[in-house]
Order: sequence, then C-alpha cells, then structure tokens
Amino acid sequence: MTIEIKNLNKQYNNILAVKNINFKINKGSIVGLLGPNGCGKTTTIGMILGLIKPTSGSVYVNGQNIENESIRTKILEKVNFISPYVELPKKLTVEENLKVYGRMYSVSNLKEKISDLMNELNLYDFKKRKTGELSSGQKNRVSLAKALINDPEILLLDEPTASLDPDVGDYIRTYIESFASKKGTTILLASHNMNEVERLCNEVMMMKNGKIIDQGTCESLINKHGRKNLEETFLKIVRE
Amino acid sequence: MFALSLRHLYLIKGSFPRILDLIYWPTIQIILWGFISQFFTMYSDYYNNTIGVILSCAILYDFLFRSSISFNMLFLEEIWSRNFTNLFVAPLKISEIITALTSTALLRTLIGIIPAIILMNPLFGVSLLKMGPPLFLLFISLYLFGTTLGLLVTSGLLRYGPAFENTAWSSLFLLAPLGCVYYPLSILPEWLQILAKGLPLVYIFEEARSILVNNVVNYSNIMTALMLNLIYFISAIIIFYLAFYGARKKGTLVNMGE
Repeated sequence: MTIEIKNLNKQYNNILAVKNINFKINKGSIVGLLGPNGCGKTTTIGMILGLIKPTSGSVYVNGQNIENESIRTKILEKVNFISPYVELPKKLTVEENLKVYGRMYSVSNLKEKISDLMNELNLYDFKKRKTGELSSGQKNRVSLAKALINDPEILLLDEPTASLDPDVGDYIRTYIESFASKKGTTILLASHNMNEVERLCNEVMMMKNGKIIDQGTCESLINKHGRKNLEETFLKIVRE
Repeated sequence: MFALSLRHLYLIKGSFPRILDLIYWPTIQIILWGFISQFFTMYSDYYNNTIGVILSCAILYDFLFRSSISFNMLFLEEIWSRNFTNLFVAPLKISEIITALTSTALLRTLIGIIPAIILMNPLFGVSLLKMGPPLFLLFISLYLFGTTLGLLVTSGLLRYGPAFENTAWSSLFLLAPLGCVYYPLSILPEWLQILAKGLPLVYIFEEARSILVNNVVNYSNIMTALMLNLIYFISAIIIFYLAFYGARKKGTLVNMGE
C-alpha cells in the first residue's frame, strides 16, 4: 500500500499546525518523520488515519481518498498504529485485549494469530495478567502485538520506543525491522530517537513549524549538511 | 495548606462546567423534592397503595437512569483507559459503534435492574410484572430515551473532550423534576407543564400510575411516548454524527483523555 499526501494543511483556530505538505511513501518503504515537539508530526499522522480532518488538501492511500467514510473504514482494515499517548484497556488481560482487537479487525484464524504474536513477542508468561499491571516495556510489546494483529500493510508508528529502556527499545526495533522486511509493510515512523531512524528508515523527512523543510536518505542529509550523524544534522536543521 | 486550596480554586475558576456542577445538584434536589412535598401535602390520599406506586416508579426511573449511564460509562471507560483513539482507528463505522454501545448498554442495564425487580416482591410485596404487557412497552420507551440521552452526552464528550464528563452524571437529574416521575403532571406550574409535555417521560410515568392506581391502560399515552422517543433517538444519532465530524475538525479524537 502507498501513502500520498497532497497540499495538506491543518489550522486550529489561528494556529497553522501543518502547512502545505506533500509527500509519497511507496509500498514497503520505511520513512522517518523527524522534527521538534509541536512541529506537526502527530497531526500529520492523525490526518493519515482520518482522525483529523484536514483544513485543505488530501490523503490518498493506495490511490483512494480517505475522506469518504466507507473507503476509510475499508482501508483501516489493513492499517494499524502505535502511540505512547494511546493504551489498551488496563482492566482486560493481555489475551482478552488481543481477542477484542483481533475481532475488531476481523482477523481470520485469530487463535493461531494470537499464539504466533505471543510467541514472537514473548507475551506468553503474562497472557492472563491485566494489561494495567504490566511494566511499560511489557505494555509496549502488547501494544505492538495489537498493532500487528491484522498483518497491517501500513503501520504508523508515533514514537514507538519512547520511555523504554535501551534493551526493550532495541528488541522492539529488531522486531519491527524483521516484520517489515518479511511482510513488505509500508511504515511511517515519527521518532526523536535518531539511532532508531538511521537504523530503520530508507528515507527521512524533517518537519519544522508544520512544514517539511528537508528530505532524503539519512546519508544524503548528513552529507548535505556536512555533519557526522543524523542527530547532529537534526540539530543543525531545527536550530537554523 | 493555602497552596493546596489555591490549586483547587484555580481549577474551579478556570472551568465553567465545574462552577455549574457546584450549583446544579442542590438546585435540582430542591426542585424535585419541592414538587414531591407539594404533591403529598395537597393529595395525601391520592395513592391507595403508596409503596407500590412509588417503588414501581422508582424502578422504572432507575431503568432509564441505568440505560443512560451505562451508555455513557462504556464511552467514558475508553477515555479513562486512554484506549479511545485505538477504537477510532479500527475499521469500525460510526453506525457500528452506536449499535455496539446501545446493545452493550442494554445488557449492563438488565444486569443491574433484574435483581432489584426480583427483590421488590419478597421485601415489599410489590410486583412490577402485575402491570402486564404494557410494562414491556414502557421499558422500551425508557430504554430508547436513556440511550438518546447517552448519545447526546457522548456527542458532547466527542466534541468537547473529558471536560464534558460531569454532564454525563447530571443529565438525567435535570429531567427528573420535569419527567413527573413521582407526581402527576398537574402538580407542575402551567409553563413547566408545556415543557414537560415535550418529553416522553411524562407520558410514560402518567401511564404507569394510571395502570398501578386505576388499573386502566391508555395506549395513546404509550404510543405518544414511543413516537416522541423515536424522534429524539433519530435526532440524537444525527447529533452524534455531527459531533464526530466536529471532533475530526477540532482534532479531539487524537490523545483524548490527556
């Protein structure tokens, strides 16, 4: 599945949160969306998911405009999402949560799918525990399992490893990397972790004040701005 | 100590719904119990079977209350658990969300109300089932109105976020005095009677009293209540859709609960 954004704008009262952005993400690409807090990353992801109505411009997924409710619902069957601001019901066990979301996404062979995800993400030991009782690393793995329950063709990851220790963070990154290469998933990754972006992304877009101010491969951006790594490049761009 | 008080004063000062909430409950209680007292002072011999009528009306009102609160609770639980956004990125149509909430609210309501109905007989010698088949129609009417209120409150939650939560708890109490749950319509001042007649509750509770006190079933009251309920229910669904589109414009579907 492809994502194409055309002349996208979002204005909240007098604040222009996203200013006329355009980009296309090809099938199977992993693209990083970088920028300081409040630069419009989450709003952009919200518009791609159809949670936020653009003030103007359009979002096309596989060439179809998601503004139409029935098209959006159909497309969402093959899309999923993770955000540190969104959690799964705390009072439900890990297994119950996965069953609920599996049914919501009409997953066939749900039992088998849950079992596979539990194996691959090491969730078996706490499958009967309430999600609210888990550590943040464990919760993150459960959220990832929910995000992969429908074998998404598009995955929108909003800071997927925020507030995780390096070990769990690395585990999540490795899993996403292998899942994407196996399934050919299109991924948009919003992150403040430059190592993560360098490791996972084929291409990077830099956002500042609602605009995309630069884009390219990590290497091309580093070379273009004459810096040693992506973190230094990011700092140079946002401080200019 | 002062700092802690100041923290809460800032919270009250900055939120009109909070100020309204402080004034709201005492006002509603005074109005409701004022009319009840007035009724019993004027017509102390109205009910031959006071306990039966009051208990039956209380149960019917509670059924309405539970229908509405259950609907609101299902929605609020998603906000409190920060799961709200997950639901709106799942491949669910708005009509499917409304249907799921409406049917689950009914289940929750029945779980709460059936034991109370069963306990009425051994504890007080009162059986609601003596009302016969019209009882079923009254329950349908109450459930429709409860769901309508639930839809209106959740529309407010969608559009304005968790700040609208207090309205979820207080919406029904506003209607209790107007709904004439424990006293006839005639006890209200004339100008309030005009307002009350616009609500299906008046017809439901007038009819319930008519069956319980006079053993007379007036199907025109039941049909009026059902018709009004249908109009309100359809309007509430339209408002829910409008609230959803409003929330998309405002961006409140992202990070709801924060």
